[in-house]
Amino acid sequence: MPNAMLEMRLYLLQRLTAVLMLPMVIGHLATIMYATRSELTAASILERTQSSPWLVVFYTGFVVLVAIHAPLGLRKIMGEWLRLPSKLANSISFVLFIVFLGLGLRGVWALTGVAIS
Amino acid sequence: MTGFRFNLSYFAFLLHRLSGLALVCFLPFHFLVLGLGLEGEAALNQMLVFTEQPMVKFGEWVLVVLFSLHLLLGLRVLVIEWAPWPHHGGLRSGWVIIAGGLGLALGWLFLDGVLS
Repeated sequence: MPNAMLEMRLYLLQRLTAVLMLPMVIGHLATIMYATRSELTAASILERTQSSPWLVVFYTGFVVLVAIHAPLGLRKIMGEWLRLPSKLANSISFVLFIVFLGLGLRGVWALTGVAIS
Repeated sequence: MTGFRFNLSYFAFLLHRLSGLALVCFLPFHFLVLGLGLEGEAALNQMLVFTEQPMVKFGEWVLVVLFSLHLLLGLRVLVIEWAPWPHHGGLRSGWVIIAGGLGLALGWLFLDGVLS
């Protein structure tokens, strides 16, 4: 049986992360469009990603938000379409949150690390 | 038994959910590719050569379109849930048309950058 208070909190968290990510997704799409029109070699990409500490802040924030948002979306799908028990769906979502957060922060560090070291 | 009846609002919901599902499946691979930076420029360059293949470029185009669709259809959900209700436009099913158009436009912009 789903816990009503937990459901409400996770629903609000899902919407809050969505709102916070709106400008970030637009920024990321703009970055993609810019990147396709720029030199695409490892050296040039690293030079751009390590050009400003603000990129570290931007993408660290983006990773944290997406690591929360994506598993919460999957949690709803697991409950509504796969009919998984809520405890199982919660556990899988939590594991995915940890995995996405770890892999995402590792990725950000790999491309921007030098900017803050 | 009730027959299937096409409903634009349900289509918008389905498109939003399925685009999110596809993006979640892609996410760990995206992060792993970014992590190649830890192995040095050679590993990243090797990946960049791999992404030059037409099928990979097609996959990237699909992802850009799905990313845009998820953004715009997610905005629709936020407006439906949080904007004052009732309001003009109700379920704003027309957003699916706008989202589809803008998604394809951004996809074209991506392809234009890749092919130029």
